[in-house]
Order: sequence, then structure tokens, then C-alpha cells
Amino acid sequence: MANTEYLLQMKNIVKTFPGVRALDGAAITVKPGEVVALCGENGAGKSTLMKCLYGSYHADEGEIIYMGQRVDFKTPDEGKEAGIIMVFQELSLIRDLTVAENMFLGSLPHKGFAVDWKKLNDDANAALDELNSSVRGTDYVRDLPISQQQMVEIARGVALGAKILILDEPTSSLTEKEVAALFEIIRKLKAQGVGIIYISHKMDEIFEICDSAVVMRDGKFTGQFVLKDITLDTLIQAMIGRTMDNYFTKANGVVGEEVLKVEGLSVPGVLKDVSFNVRKGEVVGFYGLVGAGRSETMEAIFGVRPYSAGTITLKGEQVKFKGSKEAVKKGIGFVTEDRKQTGLLLPKSCRENMALAALPNIKKGMFVDEDKTLEIYHKYEKIMDIKSPSPEQPIVLLSGGNQQKVIIGKWLCMGPDLVILDEPTRGIDIGAKSEIHKLVASLAEDGLAVIVISSEMPEIMGVSNRIYTMAAGRITAELSGDEITEENLMRNIMVGA
Amino acid sequence: MQDKKSFDFVRFVKSQMLLVAGIVIFLIFGMIEHSFFTQSNIINIFRQIAVIAVMGAGMTYAIIGGNFDLSVGSLLSLCGSVIIMSTNKMGPVAAIVFTLFVGCASGVVTGYICGYLHLNSMVATLGMMNVLQALTLLYSGGNFVSLDNPDIWIVAFGQGNLGIVPISVIVMIIFCVIYGIILTRTVYGHNVKAVGTNPMTCKYSGINDNWVVMTTFIMSGLATAVAAILLATRGGGAQPTMGLGYEFDVITAVILGGADLAGGEGSIYRTFVGALVIGIMKTGFVILGMSVYYQYIAECIIILIAVFLDLRAKGTVRKS
Ligand SMILES: Nc1ncnc2c1ncn2[C@@H]1O[C@H](COP(=O)(O)OP(=O)(O)OP(=O)(O)O)[C@@H](O)[C@H]1O
Ligand SMILES: [Mg+2]
Repeated sequence: MANTEYLLQMKNIVKTFPGVRALDGAAITVKPGEVVALCGENGAGKSTLMKCLYGSYHADEGEIIYMGQRVDFKTPDEGKEAGIIMVFQELSLIRDLTVAENMFLGSLPHKGFAVDWKKLNDDANAALDELNSSVRGTDYVRDLPISQQQMVEIARGVALGAKILILDEPTSSLTEKEVAALFEIIRKLKAQGVGIIYISHKMDEIFEICDSAVVMRDGKFTGQFVLKDITLDTLIQAMIGRTMDNYFTKANGVVGEEVLKVEGLSVPGVLKDVSFNVRKGEVVGFYGLVGAGRSETMEAIFGVRPYSAGTITLKGEQVKFKGSKEAVKKGIGFVTEDRKQTGLLLPKSCRENMALAALPNIKKGMFVDEDKTLEIYHKYEKIMDIKSPSPEQPIVLLSGGNQQKVIIGKWLCMGPDLVILDEPTRGIDIGAKSEIHKLVASLAEDGLAVIVISSEMPEIMGVSNRIYTMAAGRITAELSGDEITEENLMRNIMVGA
Repeated sequence: MQDKKSFDFVRFVKSQMLLVAGIVIFLIFGMIEHSFFTQSNIINIFRQIAVIAVMGAGMTYAIIGGNFDLSVGSLLSLCGSVIIMSTNKMGPVAAIVFTLFVGCASGVVTGYICGYLHLNSMVATLGMMNVLQALTLLYSGGNFVSLDNPDIWIVAFGQGNLGIVPISVIVMIIFCVIYGIILTRTVYGHNVKAVGTNPMTCKYSGINDNWVVMTTFIMSGLATAVAAILLATRGGGAQPTMGLGYEFDVITAVILGGADLAGGEGSIYRTFVGALVIGIMKTGFVILGMSVYYQYIAECIIILIAVFLDLRAKGTVRKS
């Protein structure tokens, strides 16, 4: 009875969608109390494999053995009932409900016909406390930053009593403190014998928290490794089929005149006296904790957040945009942090998504030149290696990383002078990540001014020529050259926090 | 490429399904009552739908933009009185300009309320519906108004023919083609669909989403003004309540045409086919001498089926 050793075995899973063979002999095993990393490039089929497991998709072929029995969940509810809980990559909370309501949606505690609000909120708070989260059950989801929304999703899994907890890129927008708290929880659940499947593109996390790693490539199973026995390079080689020499590329071009100068920018309660500049040909990083005001600064510049004081000078001309339309016209591109809410038109095609911002420039006479939009799509598809069966594929059906690439393409194709990239590699696999870093560097070398916001220290250190640190709505330091060290960065983001 | 073709093919078949359904209904009516097949009846059907199709073209914009415009019926009444009374006062050319202006102005007001103040469009346009009806009654004194000179050239819009084709039908075709081209081929049209899909993404992508929403109501108001000219000149006069209930027919046409009720997708051509189906039914019921109440019930059932199909289509999208 070798079977009882495993909590879960998935064998030879095949799943096809129109035009895509998403899974083609995928497999994974999980023992009780084991944390299994599931890795692979964007579009390798990780999320799809998990959806086949808990019942959201139905595998065409293959076998799933869960707790010694062959199972075949028809709906996500059946999977949930059996103790398989998935925390989604794309946040799926309902914005206008409270945290507690979201956590127990579908199984609200009740007294007679009435919802038992006290029990509901108490249960929610208990689960949140366990994660050391400051979020309360009565908070509205719409008021929470993404990081905390993700925490709520995880707390939901904990509260529902998972036997297998699937975490799909859970840390992509968590702060280091929150990541530490999450790992604490994972260890706790592990000790209770819960099996955890951990999907991530962050290699350091995988080596820190996981016991073994399943590698997938193009929907196929390439191997399950015990992490103690292998090195990072072996794992990467298995994932992308080659080794990687350097992960980061720094722009190394001529720094020219000032493109953007911001002085004394203030937004009541959010930003206080923010001043900085960005020049042609350089990559300027913004580092800080989530909530330090980095995204808000960029929103103010881009014209989508009103500000009370300060001047913004773009290419020598003082500007105050009343909306993104003017900002885009003046050559600013902005890859936002929250792709689903502010980056994508989910049901629209990849081609339409990419052409969205540049449309006024893609005209033949009075009309939109659809052939040109297709040409542009193919150009950036190639540059960034976007994996989509067709330009007309609705973007919602692409893997998370590929969606992000389309958005980056959307801003590059409008020919900007200044590009702002807010967490540009969130959810992007390491191969593509280094491609994007190279792209960022080459953009700067071609004479663009580039701003990168990132919460990942190695990334911000690796790509920036200059770094501003922010804390509590203020700029706390400007670092360049040798001053860019881990200690300096850490010290300056904690100022006043 | 293969994919693109099969996808469009499915859509093509779907849109033509409605046309097929319309033809089947037409044949059924014709089998029951042979006069249905006469040339004059067929022309009459098209004349009937001119008003709904023109207004439907405007409503398609509002619905794709993510809103409903319930005020169009009352606006039709107002513009009807305006075209007749101002023709009497200022002559046809000035009257036409003025009527179109009234339609656009109403669109600006509704559009501002929904686009910039972000009021729910159902509530806002329901309010506008009453305001515009009240304005019509005040303006016309609550009376039926008619042209002083019933032979003035403007009546050609409602009564004239070019060969056997009514001028109102020609106006409808030109109008729908223009609206269709704007929607499918211009940057503005693309933006309307984008804003209806996700206004936040547009706000962050160099599109003034508030303005786009407002203009969809202007498109609807303008279309209604044109429809009012066609309708009022047909009889050479206007009842202050002549537009009563038209919003229902118009929205039905758009829904039948398969526009996404949550915004983002829709087509003028399909709305036109929707209007055609409604026209066939209405004429059919009249010719069969059935009570208008059956017509209401039938229309309601059709709407429910269309909405159900719409929901089911979306349900499958959500699942994946
Ligand atoms: N419902 C669907 N219809 C069509 N294609 C789909 C669907 N869902 C996923 N795919 C395709 O299947 C492939 C695998 O996608 P999946 O989301 O599983 O990748 P992933 O490994 O999770 O990638 P990422 O790291 O970017 O999240 C992709 O090519 C994707 O476009
Ligand atoms: Mg995924």
C-alpha cells in the first residue's frame, strides 16, 4: 500500500483548451506535512494543474488519488468540501463585502435565518490573528491594499480547515514582514500534517520553505526534486532548459538631460513634500514598504490622483495633468501595480489590450488601423516572448505572467519618453524576468527615462542606476553608485515607520 | 489565425440566428395572413422600425458604455413637439438644427450626471424621463401640435418616397451605417467599448473615461432627435406623449442584438436586426388584429429569453 504514504498523487494529467495543450502529462505528489513547490515558466500550466485538482477544470486524461482514493471533483465546492483549498493568484475577493463575509462566503454562520455576525467576525478575527495580520473581519475589502487582501485570502484557507492548501504565488504582493508571518503559518500547518502546494517564481522562497519541487515545462512533468539535494542552478536548468548567468542587467548608457523633475509634491494624508528627478537614459528605482507612497507619487504625476501642492516639470515644461490622457500624450507610460483592476480589459483580446493606450497614434486616415495593431502585437510578442495561442485570445485566458507582458507592451508601443513600471515583474518567471530587466536597461540606453518601483530588494538593486527610498509618504534618501547597499536601503525605508 | 476565423464564424452564425428567427416569424405571420407578404406591408415594416432602429443605434452606445438610457422615450416626445413647433416658427432648416441641439443637450445633462457625477444610470435616466416628459407638456401646453403648413418640404422625412423606398428608411440606413462605422472603426468607438469593459483600466490608459461615458449619452440623445424628426413628420404633428414606452422597444432591440448588458460589447448591425424582429412582430400582431396587450406580453417574453441567453453566455465565461 504505497498509496497511503501520499496525501495526493496526480498522474499523467492532460488538459486541452481550444488551440492550447495546457497540460500534457503533468504530475505531482504531496505527502502529509510536506511543502511542495510547483515551478515552471509563465504558461507552463501550474495554475491549470491546480484547477484540475480542486474541481474548477476537469482533466481530459489522468488520475488523481487523494487520501488513498481516486477522486474526480466536478466543482470547486466538492474540492473545498474534501479539504482542498486554493488561494488564487489573481485576487478574487468581493470588494464591497467585509473581510469576514468574504472569508465565509457560502458558509456564513447563522442563527435561524439571520446571519450570526458576532460569530462570523470572531471566527474571521481568530484566523487573521493567527496570521499576525492587523486586518479585522469588519474591514471592507475595497479599503485594503493588495497585500492585505492577499493575507485575507490565505486566512480564508486557514479558516476553512484545509487538508491541502494551494498557494498560487502568495507572496507576489506581500511585504517581507507579511512573508515571514506567512512562512510561520505554513510551518504551523505543516506540523499539523497539512500538505501545501506552493507556486512561486521566487527561488529564494522556494528553497527556504519547501521540501521538494515539481518542475513543469510546456504542460509536462519534468521532475520532482528533493530541494536539500539540488542547487539553484539545477532547478533553473530544469525549468527553463538552460542556465542563467546574470539575473540583472543595469543600464549603462549616456545620461542626458532631465526628463522629469518633481518638487514638493504633497497629497494630504498620503504624500509629504516629495522631490526627485529622472534623467534621460537612466533607471531610477523607488524602494520602500508597501504603503510608503511610491505608487501614489506616480499616480499624482500621471494625473490620476489630485495633489495639493508641488510642481511637476516634464521635459522643461511645467505640467499639471487633469487625467492620464494628457500624461500619455506628453509621453508618459505607466504599468500599474494592480493588473486586474487598472491594467487589463479582461474579456478583450491580447491585441486590443496592447493597442489600448496607443490607439490615437495607430490610425489610417480617420480610422483605427487594425493591421497595424496586429503588427505591433507581433512585434512585442516576439520581443517579450508572449505565449498566447492567438492575438485574438481573450487576455483573461492567458497565464498571469503573460498578461503582464502584454501590459508592458501596451506602454512600450506608444513610444514614451518616460515609463513608470510599478512592480513590473510581479508574477513573472525568472527567465522572463531577466528578459524584462534587460528590456528596461535597453530602454534606458535608447534614451528613455525609466522609473521602477519594486518591493524586491535584489531587483531594485540590480536594475537601478539611482534609488530613492520612501517611507510614510516621504522621500527618505537618494542613493547612487556605492551607496546602494542592502543596509542603506533597509535603514532608509524604516525611517519614521 | 485558424482560431480567429472559427471565433468570428461562431459570432457570425449567432448574429445571423436572430435574423433567421426574424425571417421565421415573418413566414409564420405570412402563412396565417397572406397580405403580410405584400410589398406595401414589407415597406411598412421598415417604415415602422426606422424610429426604433435609429434610437437603438444611439442606445447601443449607452449600453456598450455600461449604462442604460431610460430617458429616450420622453426625449422623443420633447423633440417631436420641438420639431413641429419650431418649424412653424423658424422654418424647417433652423428647426432641424434646433431639434438636434435639444437632443444633444439632453444627452449632455444625462451624460454629465452619469459620467462625471457617477450616479447610477437607471436612477438618473429614470429621473430624466420624468423631467423631459414634464418639459414636453410645458412646452406644448399639453396639446397636440401640428404643422401650420402640412405640405412644407420637411414632411418628406416622414412621408416621402424615393422610388418605392420611404425616405425615413433611407435616413435610417444612412444613420445606422454612420453610427456603425464610428463604433467599429474609430478610436472613439474602440474607447467606448473599452470604457464599458473596465473604466478603471481606461482611466489609467490615457482615456478620459468620464468624458467617453458622457458622449455615449449624447450619441443616444442625437439619435433620438433624428428619430423624433422621422416620427413627427410622418403625421405632420406631435402628441406630447408620442414617445411613451419607446424606451422599452429600443432597449429590447439592443438586448435582442446581443449587446453585453454589463457593457463592453455590442453592434449597431445586430441592434438593427433586433429592431427588425420587433417591427415584424408589431406589424404582425396588428395585421392579425390581436390586442396590443398580447404584443406587450410577447415582447416581455422575448426580452426575458434574450437576457437569459446573455446571462448564460456570461456564466460560462466566468467559470473558465
Ligand atoms: N480557460 C483557458 N482557455 C484557454 N487557454 C487557457 C485557459 N486557461 C489557461 N490557458 C492556457 O494554458 C496555459 C497554462 O496556463 P497557466 O495559467 O496554468 O500557467 P501558469 O503556469 O500558472 O503561468 P503563470 O506563472 O504565468 O501564472 C497558458 O498557455 C494559458 O494561456
Ligand atoms: Mg499561474
